[in-house]
Amino acid sequence: MRRSSTKKAGQAASAARANPSAADLLRTASSKATSKELERIDSLFSAYANGTSGLVDPEGIESLCADLEVDHTDVRILMLAWKMKAERQGYFTLDEWRRGLKSLKADTISKLKKALPQLEKEVKRQSNFADFYAYAFCYCLTEEKQKNIDIENICELLDLVLGNQFRAQVDYFVEYLKAQNDYKVINMDQWTGFLRFCNEISFPDFSNYDPELAWPLVLDNFVDWMQAKQG
Amino acid sequence: MYGNAVIKFEDGWEIVKKGLTKLENILEGIPELPFTGEDYMMIYNTIYSMCTQKPPHDYSQKIYDKFKEAIGEYLALKVLPSLESKHGDFLLRDFVTRWGNHKVMVRWLSRLFNYLNRYFIGRRGLPNLNEVGFGCFETLVYQPMKGNIREAAITLINRERDGEQTDNTLLKNVVDIFIEIGGESMAFYVNDFEVYFLQDTGVYYARKASSWVLDNSRPLEDICEGFLSKAEECQKREKERILPYVHSSSDPKLLEKIHQEIYVPYKNQLLEQELAQFLSLLRNNMMDEISRIYKNRKVICLLEPVAKLFQEHAAAEGTSLLKQTEDARGQATAATVGQLHQVLVTNLIELHDRYMVYIADCFSGHFLFRKALDDAFRTFLDWGLSNTSTGELFVNFCDNIFKKGGIGKLSDEAIEETIGKIVELVAYISDRGLFIEFYRGSLARRLLSQQNSMDEHERFMLSKLKHRFGASFTSKLEGMVVDLELSKEMAAEFKDHISNHPSVDLGLDLSVSVLTTGYWPSIKSANLNLPEEMEKPLRIFEDFFRSRSQHRRLSWIFSFGNCILIGQFDLKAIELVLSTYQAAILLLFNGADRLSYSDILAQLQLPEVDLVRVLQSLSCGKYKILNKIPSMKTVLPTDVFEFNPSFSDRMTRMKVPLPVVEDRKKVIQDVDRARRYAIDASLVRIMKMRKVLNHQQLVAECTEQMRGGVFKPDIRTIKMRIEDLIYREYLERDKENQQLVKYMA
Repeated sequence: MRRSSTKKAGQAASAARANPSAADLLRTASSKATSKELERIDSLFSAYANGTSGLVDPEGIESLCADLEVDHTDVRILMLAWKMKAERQGYFTLDEWRRGLKSLKADTISKLKKALPQLEKEVKRQSNFADFYAYAFCYCLTEEKQKNIDIENICELLDLVLGNQFRAQVDYFVEYLKAQNDYKVINMDQWTGFLRFCNEISFPDFSNYDPELAWPLVLDNFVDWMQAKQG
Repeated sequence: MYGNAVIKFEDGWEIVKKGLTKLENILEGIPELPFTGEDYMMIYNTIYSMCTQKPPHDYSQKIYDKFKEAIGEYLALKVLPSLESKHGDFLLRDFVTRWGNHKVMVRWLSRLFNYLNRYFIGRRGLPNLNEVGFGCFETLVYQPMKGNIREAAITLINRERDGEQTDNTLLKNVVDIFIEIGGESMAFYVNDFEVYFLQDTGVYYARKASSWVLDNSRPLEDICEGFLSKAEECQKREKERILPYVHSSSDPKLLEKIHQEIYVPYKNQLLEQELAQFLSLLRNNMMDEISRIYKNRKVICLLEPVAKLFQEHAAAEGTSLLKQTEDARGQATAATVGQLHQVLVTNLIELHDRYMVYIADCFSGHFLFRKALDDAFRTFLDWGLSNTSTGELFVNFCDNIFKKGGIGKLSDEAIEETIGKIVELVAYISDRGLFIEFYRGSLARRLLSQQNSMDEHERFMLSKLKHRFGASFTSKLEGMVVDLELSKEMAAEFKDHISNHPSVDLGLDLSVSVLTTGYWPSIKSANLNLPEEMEKPLRIFEDFFRSRSQHRRLSWIFSFGNCILIGQFDLKAIELVLSTYQAAILLLFNGADRLSYSDILAQLQLPEVDLVRVLQSLSCGKYKILNKIPSMKTVLPTDVFEFNPSFSDRMTRMKVPLPVVEDRKKVIQDVDRARRYAIDASLVRIMKMRKVLNHQQLVAECTEQMRGGVFKPDIRTIKMRIEDLIYREYLERDKENQQLVKYMA
């Protein structure tokens, strides 16, 4: 197939050099099979994308979710966004769509649906989870120059992202956040601190917790609050 | 019998023996003719000859032996029996005499038998005559008698201890014999005398000590007191009466023994007693007894627990003063609260003084007690009262002194002394920064409300603060004072300026104080819409000022100004001393007899909260310059005001008071903010230099940098600032190791 592939690449490359159009972009592929796959991915994109903006918008995502038979607040959508490295919450660009579906090797809805459990497993891997966790925070920064997320949304996000793995810690921390008055928002540093906290600190005795180390102050306060509760 | 005739031993010895007998008699006190030169020579030569004769007539050895024998006989037959027959002092006296005699004897005999010393003993390696002589004494007299002698000596010592008048010289002589007998070595003294002496001393004092303690006739506290003073007495007496007579090497051992027997067994009881008593001694101010405890510290090793009690007591007294004030406050009116605070501060000063006296008089300024006092004061002064910090209390106290001369008009020296003491107490507050902030506010009010130059005492306080805490502590305060002085100069220049420009008409007398922003506490002021008569002169001044210094910008603070208006009332014209706000409102009534609340608000644009306050002072208080309709005591936006022409007062010039709003919370907020900046700056400084640093180290270094400053940041606050700096992207956490903090350039 090599001759044909080089030919194709040559063809595609010369075509790209000459006059790149949307159609040309579609033909930037290195194998017939792959180009077919990409075609299908792209057509899938157009199925959900908004004609005017050229993006999949919240409405599109909602219908995608319906087709995938997944609730649109489900964490798997977030994971999909992560796989796509989507930058803006509620929207997918063509590039992002391609990136995500290509790596999942899903060019139809049913394949995409089947790929979800695997995606979950992939995210849960230690090496990926920290990245996903940080991504989840950034994904929720909807305004420009926004650096914090308010308490209510943080609580939901915590539940969504960590609820399965660290049920107890999340439940208590959420309770604390709702009860206290010192913090109205949570920033990235505190967010990442919490994951480390769940991973490293023995719960609920906190026997290895040392407030003199570099734990965010909100966690120091959380531990104090817990210990006061436990009497 | 000179010449070459050989002297036979028996003959020769006969002659010598005669001499010996004579000597013995003399020593015994039996009357004898003294030795003549001839007698002496005779004996000497005889001995000499007998020793130098040719063998077999050289009798050196024999004479040597005879020498020893003769002495021995004398000692055994005469001396020892005499001693054995005596007791007590008589024994001692005899012993001393006998020893003296013996020394004489040996000396004489050595001279007589000198030839032996010079030639014989050396050749044969024998002990010399002295050694022989004293050796005899030792063996024949000393050894058998030493026990008795020692007992008698110790009895003598104990009688001395019991207070009897005894013959100290005798004692000394006896002890000296023990020492002399040993020659070079102290072995005899130590083993035959000292050991027993010390032991006996121990027994003696043990008995004495227990007799003191078992005295049931008196209460335990008195016994303890008495114990220590008696112990002191005994030690003193021992030093005076016994120590001089024993060898100096015994001194430390003796004192040690006494210490052991008297103090050690009762140490714990004494300690308990002393500690139990200490508090009541403090309470009752018993200086002598307290001093004694200090003096006895080495023996009972008391100092740390005593210092601790001292500290606790001081802290308890301080805390109770605070609590009393706190309780009284609950029932007090606003006016009395001020008084309560005054009294509290006065009492705190007095408490401190009292304890300083203890330290100086009873404890010789010992650092342990100084530290105890410091710690005590630091603790309770930091608590302060529930909503008033100690710093504020001191500031208000000083304010009172400067304005009214303090409680009960003190003299100048007394005031200065009190000021000095306040400064000392300020040193205990850990949050000195807060003190300075409140002081700044109170100083500002004082400086701005009086036209005259600053009070002597104010200057004194500033200089004391500067001296104690350094120039940077008082720099802003001094800045404020300098500002006013410069303002005065500028006022003079302005006056000249006006007189040089007759076209410029101020329309009224204006005096301006120019304040440098950084020095003065931030004073809130509204931007009033002033009436033209007031606006004009201000503009003229602004022009004048701008011509003097282009680089500074003026912003007017109307909330602090004063104004004098002449009110033309029906009865008489009265000069009213008012605040600028009050004057501005009143001037409006030149244009209308009656104005509504909203009219006034619209015209002046004064914030409502201030407007209400000012209108109240003019219409609802003691002086009703304006009539309020309706006339209830509170000002409402629906009210209408009119000029009150029938207002009058006894005085022709009077002040209409306007209560000042003091913003405590703001002061505290400002201070907190300044501190956050200080910590941030310190953290950034450190990280800029280090680039990467472990979190804990960063906290430690920051704490270190802030040490000696006006406040001590706690770890939480520093941690919070670090997090904030991370958020603001001055710093970041390392991805791999969260404990590391990195500087973001």
